[in-house]
Amino acid sequence: MSDDKQQGVPMVNVQIDGEWHQFPKGTRMIEACRQVQVEVPHYCYHPKLSSPGNCRMCLVEMGMPPRLAPGEEPVKDKDGHQKIGWMPRPVIACANAVAENMGIRTDSELTKACREGVMEFLLVNHPLDCPICDQAGECSLQEYSAEHGKGDSRFRDEKNKKPKNVEIGPRIRLDDERCIMCSRCIRFCAETVDDPVLGFTDRGSHTVLAVHPNQQLANDYSMNTVDICPVGALTSNDFRFQMRTWFMKETSSICTSCGRGCNTTIGSREGTVFRQTPRDNNEVNSAWMCDHGRMNYHYLNSEARLTDPMIRKNGEEAHQVVPWSKAIRFAADELLKFNASEVAVIASGRMTNEELFMTRRLIAELSVEHVDIVLRRGKADDYLVAADKNPNTAGAKLVLGLKKPGGELAAIQKGIESGEIKALVVLQENLIDDTDFTTELLGKLDFLLTTYPLANPTADDSHVVLPGAAFAEKDGTMINVTGRLQRLNKAHQGPGQTMEVWEICRDLILAIDGGNGIYGVDDVFKEMAGQIKAFAGLTLSKVGDQGLPLLKTKLTVPMLEREKERIAKGEIVG
Amino acid sequence: MAIVVKRPKLTFGEKIYLSSIAKGMMITIGHFWRALFGKGTVTMQYPEEKWDENLPEYYRGAPALVTDEQDRERCVACQLCEFICPPRAITITPEEIPSDDQWAKVEKRPQKFEIDMARCIYCGFCQEVCPEQAIFLRKDYAITGVSRDEMVHDKKKLYEIGGVREGLVNKWNKLK
Ligand code: SF4
Ligand code: SF4
Ligand code: SF4
Ligand code: SF4
Ligand code: FES
Repeated sequence: MSDDKQQGVPMVNVQIDGEWHQFPKGTRMIEACRQVQVEVPHYCYHPKLSSPGNCRMCLVEMGMPPRLAPGEEPVKDKDGHQKIGWMPRPVIACANAVAENMGIRTDSELTKACREGVMEFLLVNHPLDCPICDQAGECSLQEYSAEHGKGDSRFRDEKNKKPKNVEIGPRIRLDDERCIMCSRCIRFCAETVDDPVLGFTDRGSHTVLAVHPNQQLANDYSMNTVDICPVGALTSNDFRFQMRTWFMKETSSICTSCGRGCNTTIGSREGTVFRQTPRDNNEVNSAWMCDHGRMNYHYLNSEARLTDPMIRKNGEEAHQVVPWSKAIRFAADELLKFNASEVAVIASGRMTNEELFMTRRLIAELSVEHVDIVLRRGKADDYLVAADKNPNTAGAKLVLGLKKPGGELAAIQKGIESGEIKALVVLQENLIDDTDFTTELLGKLDFLLTTYPLANPTADDSHVVLPGAAFAEKDGTMINVTGRLQRLNKAHQGPGQTMEVWEICRDLILAIDGGNGIYGVDDVFKEMAGQIKAFAGLTLSKVGDQGLPLLKTKLTVPMLEREKERIAKGEIVG
Repeated sequence: MAIVVKRPKLTFGEKIYLSSIAKGMMITIGHFWRALFGKGTVTMQYPEEKWDENLPEYYRGAPALVTDEQDRERCVACQLCEFICPPRAITITPEEIPSDDQWAKVEKRPQKFEIDMARCIYCGFCQEVCPEQAIFLRKDYAITGVSRDEMVHDKKKLYEIGGVREGLVNKWNKLK
């Protein structure tokens, strides 16, 4: 979306449906209409892709001032506008730019007839698949046929047959009968992720979308084609037949599978997450996300979720389920038995700033010195994926005041080995599987407390196991690798008795020392803003859906950089 | 915009209700009179006596799933009935039809289909909304059970009540 008033770009006067507006020169007609809340239906146009203008759905009536004879002065009305000479044929709004004194009619007879005609042709061979089609409910073809279609078919012949239910990649299913040949998927693969594996073959009404011979649509961004496909031709194997779109509640959040923090929409129903889709943010992920992050939600619905607080007293074999009040009391009493130097806290770069802040308060309460988080380094790619697999390492560094995240772990191990550290609090980490801590080492501890969403070996070894909420089940903020502060929103309450870690820490502090004045997550943020300079003056609501730049870094996002170049060249709108 | 509802003005006679009570009593006494000396009793000794043969064509009894002439389950698990059902009596779990199945081209079917008859209000919306003509309200009305679980009709039970229904639109039978 281009900004209304870019610096130095001259403005032009454009009449849209009878009203005059001003737009920067070069704005596409479709974007100009969008800016003044006039919707132009479209299939092939996508602001982040090139505009081939092949679907013709965006046809509108257009007019320009009449051409002047040599020496003739333009006749202007009292507002300074010339008379518009309407052209007898329509133009596409997606690939043409506005010009001075241009007129656009999106509600004229000609425009309506064009839309009706395009819809009729698109539906000639379209199957009656809506009841079994995953796109139903968010399908442009359904929407536009209700809004702009004839409502009736004049086609009495047999519809032509095309391949259905074809696996064109490990995560993507293609139904050629539903394809409307908009070519968005082809352009996305070729232009945005440099993996040109899709194309059209055959001609006329027999045209089909296909993968090139011996190729697959298998890149790590393949599922974005499902999002941009305006119909149900491309569907995701992961989401296939899982839930109808209209049942799902949509929650704006961010992906927590790497430090990029791609903006997402979580689709959930009655406590079960069914999918994650990318949400536009031109500072983070444009309109895309990687397949790995998108599908990394299944553990939320897993059978292995911890649902109740559990304790195991020394000498006992098995954990027993107890109410929260009892678990917290037990944990607080145990922790108070140790000297400050005998306790260590290992928090997580997967926790929100709010959770980390309450951890910081707990640490202060117990005067703990040994504090760290677990680092997760992986590979970055040339698009969105960041090397840091923790979503909030920057937050942990800032809020916990860690000089060198991950640098203290070895010292903690040594301390446990030598008996100097007797109690360990592990928040949202599974040390045994994700680090080189071992059961033997943890066995040396007198007290081990773990919070985690899933059952795991570290929890098995713990004296207190608390069910800590996972990303879709909490409110809060994180700081991504480029230093942007972004919000997570709670889609639903976690299973069973699950609590967010800031709540757990709040209750522990409460049990250790009485009141602490924290009730909601807003209170935590407020207090954090008062104590940590970087957050000064901010509130949760100021962070908003698009986030804020918080820390200065020199890092850029490879995918965004390339898109910026293409915007500058006028290839895409952005 | 607020809509102003005009309330009718009651007269004094209407306000004291006496006339309405008298009117009601007249109807009751009328029935009583006719039962004693007129056509005799109109009460049926249910369940010994039943009125089943006289149920009209449009009678709305228990909703049930139907199969077609070729024994294909007509429901494709589109979940529109689940959506429209006012008391939320329907719960569907869809699944993909395996590729070696005779009807693999239909792609989707219900793995589980449950109607909670303790909730169903026999409105018939499910029948009306179904794009596949797969669910119909049958004439069964005596749905009983001794527990809540027993009141839930599962897929098997629903097909049992529904049976086969012939002569419906059959888009899936065309070659595809
Ligand atoms: S693509 Fe849209 S119109 Fe076509 S079957 Fe799917 S939901 Fe229906
Ligand atoms: S599969 Fe979808 S995105 Fe690709 S050309 Fe067909 S309709 Fe367009
Ligand atoms: S008849 Fe009405 S209440 Fe009963 S299942 Fe159908 S839609 Fe629901
Ligand atoms: S009974 Fe009809 S409306 Fe209900 S899920 Fe099956 S096909 Fe859809
Ligand atoms: S959106 Fe303009 S031609 Fe397709």
